[in-house]
Amino acid sequence: MAGGAASGGTQGREYRAVALPLLLPAWLVIGIFMVLPVLLMGVYSFLTKEFRGGVIWDFTLAAYDQFFVYRGLFGDEPPTLEWTYITIFWRSIWQAGLATALCLAVGFPTAWFIATRPVRTRTMWLFLITVPYWVNLLIRTVSLKFLIRDNGPLNEGLMALGLIDGPLPLVNTNLAVQLGLFYSYLPFMVLPIYAAVERYDFALSEAAADLYAGRWTTLREIVLPAVRPGIVAGAILVFVPSLGAFLAPDLLGGAKTYMIGSLIDEQFRGSQGNWPFGAAAAMILMTLVLIALILYARAQGRGRPA
Amino acid sequence: MRLLTTTAAAIVALAGAAQAEGKLSVYHWFEYIPQELVDKFTAETGIEVTIDTYDSNEAMLASLKAGKMGQYDVAVPGDYMVQIMAGEGLLDTFAPAEIANFGNIAPQWLDVPFDPGRQSSIPYQWGSTSFSVNRDVYPGDIGSLAIIFDPPAELSGKINVLDSQGEVLALGSIYLGIPQCSQDRAQLKALNDMLLAAKTHWASFGSDTAKDVLVSGDAAAGMIYNGFSSKARAEGANVEYAYPKEGFVVWMDNVVLLKDAPNRDNAIKFMNFLLDPQNAAAVTNYAAYTAGVTGVEPFLDEAIRTSPENNPPADAPAGSFIAVCDEETQKLYDAIWTNLKK
Repeated sequence: MAGGAASGGTQGREYRAVALPLLLPAWLVIGIFMVLPVLLMGVYSFLTKEFRGGVIWDFTLAAYDQFFVYRGLFGDEPPTLEWTYITIFWRSIWQAGLATALCLAVGFPTAWFIATRPVRTRTMWLFLITVPYWVNLLIRTVSLKFLIRDNGPLNEGLMALGLIDGPLPLVNTNLAVQLGLFYSYLPFMVLPIYAAVERYDFALSEAAADLYAGRWTTLREIVLPAVRPGIVAGAILVFVPSLGAFLAPDLLGGAKTYMIGSLIDEQFRGSQGNWPFGAAAAMILMTLVLIALILYARAQGRGRPA
Repeated sequence: MRLLTTTAAAIVALAGAAQAEGKLSVYHWFEYIPQELVDKFTAETGIEVTIDTYDSNEAMLASLKAGKMGQYDVAVPGDYMVQIMAGEGLLDTFAPAEIANFGNIAPQWLDVPFDPGRQSSIPYQWGSTSFSVNRDVYPGDIGSLAIIFDPPAELSGKINVLDSQGEVLALGSIYLGIPQCSQDRAQLKALNDMLLAAKTHWASFGSDTAKDVLVSGDAAAGMIYNGFSSKARAEGANVEYAYPKEGFVVWMDNVVLLKDAPNRDNAIKFMNFLLDPQNAAAVTNYAAYTAGVTGVEPFLDEAIRTSPENNPPADAPAGSFIAVCDEETQKLYDAIWTNLKK
C-alpha cells in the first residue's frame, strides 16, 4: 500500500511536470486574448473621454454616471434615473431571449431528428446543417434581406400566386431581425443538443413507457433532464452572441433603434465617439451576463443530487 | 545584355533624378489618386513620390499625433479635419505667391470656414449630401428638405436616412434654418422634436446601404451623397438628386501642408501641380467627385461633365459644411442623436 501511495506521488509530480508546459498555450491564449483586453476595457471605462476619440488618463466615474443618471438635455435638471440605455439594453435582451426561444423550438426537434437517424446518415445531416455557415455572416444576412424585401422573390412569389395583394412588410421590422438572428445562430443550438441526444440511452424512454408514463411525461421527466446540459449550452451559445449582434438589427431591422451592439460600436467610431462610455457599456453588459450565468450555475448545483 | 544595360542605365538615371530633385511623402486616402497622375508628376519634376494611405480622417489624425509628424509632407483631410488639425498645430502655412496656380482655385472655395483665406490647404475634390427621390413613386416637386423631414404621403414610410449623426443633424438644422452649433434651448428643442416627428416617416437608417435601397426599391427617397446617387442612376434607378432650396451639406477634401514637412519645397510643387486644371480633372475623372479648380471642364469625361449630380443648377443655394462645434455644444447634439435612436 505504501508503495502504491509513493508511486501515486511520483505520478503526481510527473503529471505536473508534463501538464505545466502543456497548459501554457491555453493560459497564454486566455491571458492575452481574454484577461488582458477585459482588464484594459475595465480601466478605460474609468478614464476621461477625450473630445473626438481617445482618452485622457484622469480617473473618473463620468462614463457610468452618463449610463445611469439623467440630468436633462442641458444637464441642469435634478438627477433622475437615465432610462435611455436601460431601454436599449432591455430591447437587446428581449430580442436575444426571443431568438434563443425560437432556436430552441426549432433546434431541439431538428437535433432529435438527426440523432435518431441511422448512424451512417447522421454525418450527412450534420454536414448539411453546417453548409450555409461556410458563407460569411454578412453575405448571408444581406441575402436574407434580398429574399424578404418588398420586391424580393418571397413577396413577388406570394403575389404571383394571388395569396396576397400587396407585399408583406417584412424588411425593417422586428420580425426580420428575429428571422436574421434565428437563421444566424440556429446551428449553435442544434449541435450541442445533438451531442446530448446522441448520448441519451433510449432504453430509458422504453422503461418510462413500461411504467405507464405518457409521451409528454417521458419528455418532461426523462428526456429533458437527460439532455439539459446540451440545451443549456445551446441556449448560452445563441443568447450571448444575439445580445451583441448588430448586423441583423442594422441590415434587416433598418437600424432605427440602437441595440447594445450598435450603441457600443458607435462609441468607438468616427470623431463623435466616446471610448470610456463604450467601455463602460461593455463592462455593464459583461457583468449582467456573468451574473446571469453564475446564478444559473448555482441553481444547477442545488438541483443536482448530492 | 542590352536589356541589363538599359535597366542599369535607367536605375542610375532614376537614382540621379531622385538625388537631384528629392522626394515627396504623401499621406492620402486609399484609391483616391490615379497612379498615372503620380507618374506624370514624377516625370515632370523628377521628384520621387511615396504614398501611404488611410481610410478615415480620424485614423489619419490619430496616426499623425502618434508620432508620424515630420514623416509626411502633405495629407488630404476633409473640411472639418483641416480645422481640427490646424487647431492641434499640425499644419504649416504658405503664402499664395508660393503657388503659381493658386489663382486657379474656384472663387467659392477660396475663403472657406475651415481655413479662412486658404493659408494651409488647397481644394482637392468636393461633393454634396442631400437626398434623392425615385421619380416613378413621386413625380412632384422635390426642391425642399421637407421631402425627408415632413414628407408627402406617397413617400412616408419609404425613406432611408444616412446613419450618420453629422449629416442628419446638419440637414435638420438647415431645414429649420437654425445654426449647426446652437446652444439656444428653443432651437435645440425644435430640432429634437422635428427629428422625432420625422422619424415616424422613415423606414431605415443606413449609410453604406444608401445607394442599394434606392436601386432595389426598398426606399423611394433617401438622404444620399451626390456621387452615390449618380451611381444609383447608372445602375438603372429612376432617381433624381435634389439641391433643396433650404440648402444642403457639402464636404471637401483638401491637400494640406504638414508642419515639419521634410520636403516642403516639393510639397509646394505637388500642390501647384494638383491645381493645374488638367491634373485636377484627372483626379475628378478617377474619383467621380468635383474639382474645386476653374477651367477643368475641357478635360473632364463627358459623363462626369454633364452629370446632374455633380452640377448644381444655377439657382441652387450655397451648400454648408458640417460645422465643428466645441465640446460643450457637441454634447447637446450627441444627446439629440442618442434620443433619436434610443
